Amino acid sequence: MTDSFLNARPSTIVRPPAPPKKWTRGRVGGHFLVGLWATLLIGLVVYLYSAWNIELIQKYGPSYLEGLKTTIGLVSSSILLGALISVPVALGRMSKNRIASAIAYAYVYFFRGTPLIAQVFLFYYGLGSFRPQLEAVGLWTFFREAWYCALLAFSLNTAAYQAEILRGAVRSVPLGQWEGAASLGISKVVTFWKVILPQALIVALRPYGNEIILMIKGSAIVALITVYDLMGYTRLAYSRTFDFQAYLWAAIIYLILVEILRHIWDWLERRLTRHLIR
Amino acid sequence: MEGSIALLGFGEGGWGPSIASGVLVTVSLALATLPVGLAIGFFVALGKQSPERSVKLAANMYTTIFRGLPELLTLFVVYFGAQIGIQKLGELLGYEGTLEINSFIAGMFALGVVFSSYASEVFLSAFRAIPKGQYEGGYAIGLSSGQTMRMVILPQLIRIALPGLANLWMILLKDTALVSAIGLADILRQTGVAARVTKHAFLFFGTACMIYLVLAILSSFVIDAIERSSARSGVKR
Repeated sequence: MTDSFLNARPSTIVRPPAPPKKWTRGRVGGHFLVGLWATLLIGLVVYLYSAWNIELIQKYGPSYLEGLKTTIGLVSSSILLGALISVPVALGRMSKNRIASAIAYAYVYFFRGTPLIAQVFLFYYGLGSFRPQLEAVGLWTFFREAWYCALLAFSLNTAAYQAEILRGAVRSVPLGQWEGAASLGISKVVTFWKVILPQALIVALRPYGNEIILMIKGSAIVALITVYDLMGYTRLAYSRTFDFQAYLWAAIIYLILVEILRHIWDWLERRLTRHLIR
Repeated sequence: MEGSIALLGFGEGGWGPSIASGVLVTVSLALATLPVGLAIGFFVALGKQSPERSVKLAANMYTTIFRGLPELLTLFVVYFGAQIGIQKLGELLGYEGTLEINSFIAGMFALGVVFSSYASEVFLSAFRAIPKGQYEGGYAIGLSSGQTMRMVILPQLIRIALPGLANLWMILLKDTALVSAIGLADILRQTGVAARVTKHAFLFFGTACMIYLVLAILSSFVIDAIERSSARSGVKR
């Protein structure tokens, strides 16, 4: 009886209408700020529309695309190379051998403690002063090219950051995981690959994504050592035309690139951690 | 070896004085940017955790835009954009000559904007770490919301945000090297000039790297001291 009484609810719940939202100071200010952003964005669109110059687009559009390709190629190859280099560095950082860990620490400290732009200059201009020696070893053709120097500097730089990400992620896996695998008689190497790494990589996913975004943003500096990436062609277009829209287009492209990557990464993280959601 | 010491020294033909002035520019730029970035970042973080949707949207747009742009591009956009803007403004006001924007100010503004968009995230997560009871306790003893923020929340907030902000300071210190691209005579620019004149590029750019490392080590000492003193004022557990 009581059961049916409890269940006897009206099929639709009629709620009182929400009280009208007051125009508090915060709300007015917020609308003002959003309005400001909207004005800025509309202003940008209007400016780009009014400054639309088909000759300019025809002349520099393809080169922007070329620059974008260079940027993406440089970033993806240095991220991959850096991932390869980061493994021994991370192992060195975690190793009990004091010499190995000191070397790895010094490497990481140097590349994380100095500006990327200074490292790129050091590799491109600095190694250029060893030209006779490099020619003797036959490496001069490599170091002559700004692109290769940038690739080397970026790879070594991102390797230092990735090594720290990897180390932190492996450390974040509880020790019990190692012990559990050991008690099952699984060898250390297999434990690392099959038990620890899959868990560590999920932790490392977000920092890795951030590192790639930082690398995309950081790659703009290769324009200063005569590599024609997106930023390089932008500078070229600006220095020839003195048209400010050159920079605005580059900003839009970079923003779209970073946002696409960020959304891919969000999706990837949701997808890879779905078994962890309780 | 002796030649390199003479080149880096302060004597005749030594580049010591000009590099030292570069260090001064780098350090003062970073120190000048810090309060600007912290203040903007704090208010953007306040906006992000506001219950008002429009404020949140405006704050999130700020972060999205300035975290997505390369720092170098932001710098160029600010530098050249402000140049054009000021020129236009001058023409409107009837000023005929050319107006130059100070590259120090442009660098400070661009780096401050980038710093603040990262700092807002640090502040936001620190805000989230403070329990609601702290606000309620403040209101319960009759503090206004401004007083609660200043006397109850802020001291705890700073303590929680300190490691993240220290990290951002290190990034800021490194990002100042970018202003050499708009002609500010910082460490990298001065060593670059020396490298071009003397043809000892490796020596001078290596020196630049070492100076940045020393600055990083020095600031880590200062940060440690600040962290220790802020931990002292916290609750003993």
